[in-house]
Amino acid sequence: MAKDVAILGVGMHPWGKWGKNFVEYGIRACRDALADAGLEWKDVDFVSGAETIRNGYPGFVSGATFAQALGWSGARVSSAYSACASGATAMSTARAHILAGICDVALVVGADTTPKGFLAPTSGDRPDDPDWLRFRLLGATNPTYFGLYARRRMDLYGATEKDFAKVKVKNSRHGLTNPNARYRKAFSEEDVLNSPIVADPLRLLEICATSDGAAAVVLSSLEYARKRTSDPVRIAAISTVTPTYPNTVIEMPNFGTDSAHSVGLPKAPFRDSIAAAAYEEAGLGPEDLNLAEVYDLSAALELDWYENIGLCKPGEAERLLNAGETTLGGKVPVNPSGGLACFGEAVPAQAIAQVCELTWQLRGAAGERQVEGARVGLTVNQGLFGHGSSILVKK
Amino acid sequence: MSAEKKRVPAVEGWFTLDPEKPQLLGTRCTSCQSYFFPKESLYCRNPACAGTEFAEVPLSRTGRIWSFTNAGYQPPPPYVPADPFVPFAIAAVELEEERMVVLGQVAAGTGVEDLSVGMEVELVLETLYEDDASEYLVWKWKPVAH
Ligand SMILES: [Zn+2]
Repeated sequence: MAKDVAILGVGMHPWGKWGKNFVEYGIRACRDALADAGLEWKDVDFVSGAETIRNGYPGFVSGATFAQALGWSGARVSSAYSACASGATAMSTARAHILAGICDVALVVGADTTPKGFLAPTSGDRPDDPDWLRFRLLGATNPTYFGLYARRRMDLYGATEKDFAKVKVKNSRHGLTNPNARYRKAFSEEDVLNSPIVADPLRLLEICATSDGAAAVVLSSLEYARKRTSDPVRIAAISTVTPTYPNTVIEMPNFGTDSAHSVGLPKAPFRDSIAAAAYEEAGLGPEDLNLAEVYDLSAALELDWYENIGLCKPGEAERLLNAGETTLGGKVPVNPSGGLACFGEAVPAQAIAQVCELTWQLRGAAGERQVEGARVGLTVNQGLFGHGSSILVKK
Repeated sequence: MSAEKKRVPAVEGWFTLDPEKPQLLGTRCTSCQSYFFPKESLYCRNPACAGTEFAEVPLSRTGRIWSFTNAGYQPPPPYVPADPFVPFAIAAVELEEERMVVLGQVAAGTGVEDLSVGMEVELVLETLYEDDASEYLVWKWKPVAH
């Protein structure tokens, strides 16, 4: 309770391939979030930007870029990069400022303009950079790692190509009427299974694309929020954990895992520890969840997350999916927004977008994709180089 | 593939150049005996160990497939593709002694249909790409013939 902050406003620029400057998307999301909060830009004391690394210096100093674009106001500023987890890191910084009493109102924003095709390392010869080297020496793209996890799941738990296709089918239906989603088409299992293999066993329609997009949230202290609203949606926990040694699961952009030779296996794999830290901080558990937004970089990875966030035991995710428990109308709908399957990934905006969706859901304002009676939701996400990200939102 | 071309490693010091029985080169902390690949040589990454001395060690040249996949589409630069692009498989291989998993491309001519989790593979060197003067070598995993 003492660690809660209020979500006063949320806003997004629709995902797509719009070909415009990322600042334009971000400003739209900021303005929408401020309007949603009933606040003005001059009310913001702290701007927390999630960085984009593909848009030059303005992207690296995104907090200041947006502060300038909104009109220098003297607000404090910060910019954070942690790959796909950048939005959660930016939100964590904002929350810490609020809880420390340094500011009352914080604006958190992430926006990206992406190139076509695979996410590639930034250009130039950098033989000391593992992210550069994995492309150079292995030709290992991001989907390479997703393919390894998917094949492993098939071998360990008997998951099938059909199960993976069903995840995509579910998410494509969830996102059908989401105005911020890029892909609004109901795919059939057949569509999915007829799409070409990108990284065996994963197919084109099962791997998330890269998108342009932006998301913003306005956070405040509970005290500040009480003057404006009686029952705000709150952030009850933000997990930004790193792995514990030895990290024995191969992860982007690494060539190998840590060695368990001298220290034995870790107590829990990294991906299990991410949501666990959020649950512990909030004093809640998976049994309290009404919905979740998980990072479905691939359709198969969504199934891993069911287990990682405690919706079921290892090996039971396919049963959960096939029983409809994670579909809208089921026990704990997963990715009611449509997930990355319908959005594609706008890296610095994505973890913030997950929180926008939970906020709309907990307000009962999600329209046709509304999860009835939603009061507790969880996001989970992971950024390469060891960034966990999980945010617990409650009403 | 002219025979006169120099055969040089695509990355310096990551593997031996023994044409018959190549091995990956890692390091081992002399205090806690943990293995590292690629090499760690400054401070031991085991948080319970204060070690700063490392010995270079060749890693096991055989292991078992932890998982595998392939590249159906040409990876972006800095990958240097063959022209035309030839799809290739990639395996994550568990080394029993070191208790770690190491990635590598799978030897040319072996596709995912030839692989299974748990299959025994060995390390080989193959050409990753070439220019007018040299062939650049990299390690790959190849199923062990039984
Ligand atoms: Zn050590």
